[in-house]
Amino acid sequence: MNSIRKPMDEMTKQLLKAVSDYDDTLGYTDAYSIRENGVCVQRKSTEHIKIEDKKDAPGMEIHVLPGTRGERVSIPACVTHGKIDDLVYNDFYIGENCDVFIMAGCGVHVSTGEPARHNGIHRFFVGENSHVIYQEKHVGTGSPFSIKSIDPVTEIHLGRGASLEMDSLQLGGVDKTVRETSAFLDEEASLIIRERILTDGSQTAKTDFVVEMNGKNSSVNLISRSVARDDSFQSYTSKIIGNAPCAGHSECDAIIAGNGRVSASPTLDANDGDAQLIHEAAIGKIAGEQIMKLRTLGLTEEEAEARIVAGFLK
Amino acid sequence: MLTLKNIKWTAPEGTQVLKGIDLEIPDNKIVVITGPNGGGKTTLAKIIAGLEKPQEGSIIYKGNDITNLDITQRARLGISYAFQQPVRFKGLTVLDLLQLASGRDMSEGEACDYLVRVGLCAREYIKREVNSTLSGGEIKRIELATVLARHTDLTVFDEPEAGIDLWSFNNLIDVFQELRDRRSGTMVIISHQERILSIADTIAVIADGSVQSIGDAKEILPELLSGGPGCVQCPKKEVHYYGGISR
Repeated sequence: MNSIRKPMDEMTKQLLKAVSDYDDTLGYTDAYSIRENGVCVQRKSTEHIKIEDKKDAPGMEIHVLPGTRGERVSIPACVTHGKIDDLVYNDFYIGENCDVFIMAGCGVHVSTGEPARHNGIHRFFVGENSHVIYQEKHVGTGSPFSIKSIDPVTEIHLGRGASLEMDSLQLGGVDKTVRETSAFLDEEASLIIRERILTDGSQTAKTDFVVEMNGKNSSVNLISRSVARDDSFQSYTSKIIGNAPCAGHSECDAIIAGNGRVSASPTLDANDGDAQLIHEAAIGKIAGEQIMKLRTLGLTEEEAEARIVAGFLK
Repeated sequence: MLTLKNIKWTAPEGTQVLKGIDLEIPDNKIVVITGPNGGGKTTLAKIIAGLEKPQEGSIIYKGNDITNLDITQRARLGISYAFQQPVRFKGLTVLDLLQLASGRDMSEGEACDYLVRVGLCAREYIKREVNSTLSGGEIKRIELATVLARHTDLTVFDEPEAGIDLWSFNNLIDVFQELRDRRSGTMVIISHQERILSIADTIAVIADGSVQSIGDAKEILPELLSGGPGCVQCPKKEVHYYGGISR
């Protein structure tokens, strides 16, 4: 088993706790790799999950051996100061008949006025009949004068009967984000994506999904919930393509507050007579009657708004 | 408990809906307010809970003038309001709402007790979102559970029978009968239904923005059912179904 153990910045530990279940004493208990300011500072492979440097680009390859079940791997990345533009390529190769949990959060902290960016490009090759839960949580902290950017790219290939559930969460502090997710599904494969984004101030978030269902009886359920406050702007585009008898559903709900703006452009392409594709979208302020209901339970207007937003993004 | 004095309310487009309502709601009694649609019953319920403000008149609750208090302040004084059309939330679960209603962290077991009381199989509902996947009957019962969880001195129910099916209605009557038997606080119920009127201590008939009659339920209800002085359009006689055949 290869392992790396270098000292970590104290801020990195704070960010790890914000984006994952990192424990001050235990750290991560399963396989992991921690990236700090563009460099791997800690890493551990396990018997069934091997993490190696990528040979042709910055980043790593994560190999989950066939039949691995009930194990997890964490690969968080942190940027703790300005003038960093971190680009990393991480490839996951999940063998057949696996059931694993993958955590890939990212935290950016800058205490000065300089910009910082993390651009993580993750590719997943999920073997037949494997199930993956993939979580990524993004946060930005520190000086309000620095531009903190997180630009994740996620590419998912699901083999026959494979399934992946992706939970993506960004709850503030990230000034700019451009998120691109694409997926390609074979026969009987299923994909669930839940994305939640909160922007405020003058932040911008652009999120773009392309899902191709190429195999018979494949399915996707894409759920996006966003809250745009103050002068922030979010744009959502999705394209679900049914190239076989398949089922696709996407749902984009957004709450706007203050001068927040949201643009949603869903697209459905049915290229097979038995493709069933549905899209639902709703953008608007918090309904006045929702606030009233919570006020009749004793909450103030501000408490009611906060509770509704928290529930919406939960 | 609650005194309404000369309450007047005019809708934004200029129609005077309430033309001077005087009403006394005694402690620990069930007062059912009935009357034809458009007579001002729901407006009155909203005025009690603070969802609407009267242009004239005053509201005295436990000896204090609460006319100028807002919804939150009245809720904190112990007034609950069950919506005629319960509100749906994406993201808030039944447990979340019950916890918000009780004002504290509530165990799942406690929350389940409230759901059982309104006739829901708790395990199926406790983690469900209060969203559009719930039927009219389900969300109505959840609405009742949220006001029960508050344990307040005064609860206003705005047409609890509206929008629910016959089976849910029968359960609903059971809930109100249980509440009556427990004598858990004062209840003001806006209703057209004979079976809800029959559990009342006092019945007030409101039509055309005024109190047309008020008195002991034992006296008022027979008059209403015989088309007496209350009003000709209320209450609705219930239709009972036996094996799918109406008779």
